[in-house]
Amino acid sequence: MIFLKAFLVGGIICAIGQLLIDLTPLTPAHVLTVLVVCGGVLSGIGLYEPLVKWSGAGASVPITSFGHQLVQGSLRELETNGIVGVLGGIFDLTSSGITAAIIFGFFTALIFNPKG
Amino acid sequence: MGKSAKAKSRQQMQYKDYQQLAKQKQLKIPVFRNVVVAFVIGGLICVFGQLLMTLFMRLGFAQEQAGNPTVAALILIAALLTGLGVWDVFGQFAGAGAGVPVTGFANSIVSSALEFKREGLILGIGGHMFSLAGPVIVYGAVTAFVVGLIHAVLR
Repeated sequence: MIFLKAFLVGGIICAIGQLLIDLTPLTPAHVLTVLVVCGGVLSGIGLYEPLVKWSGAGASVPITSFGHQLVQGSLRELETNGIVGVLGGIFDLTSSGITAAIIFGFFTALIFNPKG
Repeated sequence: MGKSAKAKSRQQMQYKDYQQLAKQKQLKIPVFRNVVVAFVIGGLICVFGQLLMTLFMRLGFAQEQAGNPTVAALILIAALLTGLGVWDVFGQFAGAGAGVPVTGFANSIVSSALEFKREGLILGIGGHMFSLAGPVIVYGAVTAFVVGLIHAVLR
């Protein structure tokens, strides 16, 4: 069941991204940025967390989840350490994703050469 | 006088014809096809992510913690496939279906790093790695900061 939900939610988020690419002048890089901001805003008003609970990877694999996790990191620190904590908390939850991207990205770029 | 007016109107006609012709020949974006493919491929990547997540939970990760290794594994796979040149072909076929999941984030990092590799390890790979993924991080962090501020004020 969770797999079906993941398929539906993940598919819909990607379809929205495709619609934005095809029907607006936005480039893919713009669309990813818009999606991250949307994920963050939805997270801020408390709508993204239920979506993650309901659809698992369907909501946590698309890039919108990155915005969600940045916001959740910020809000958690806000709760424990107040406004000063916000700066320290933003990358709390995404650090493994960003680190993985840097490390794997770096070594892949080192090993492989551009094609064509 | 009459001659030049005639010539002018003929020119206008030709211009109109040209515009019509250009409109006819313009490549129509197959929006429906693109959206369906993005939905199916994006959905399948998330199902694969869910599969990995379930696997990591079996290995002892708590539900909330299982997301991290899942995302890391997807990033590793997409980075390798980009390095091998496979992802470009796949990405062109799947569009946002391949680009919106975190795999697209990894792909943008590796492809920009490879594109500028000839400019050297420091300024090429190091400097350009985040030329496409950078905006995502910047605007994500700014959003998180602003949302944090708003929550602090409203509390």
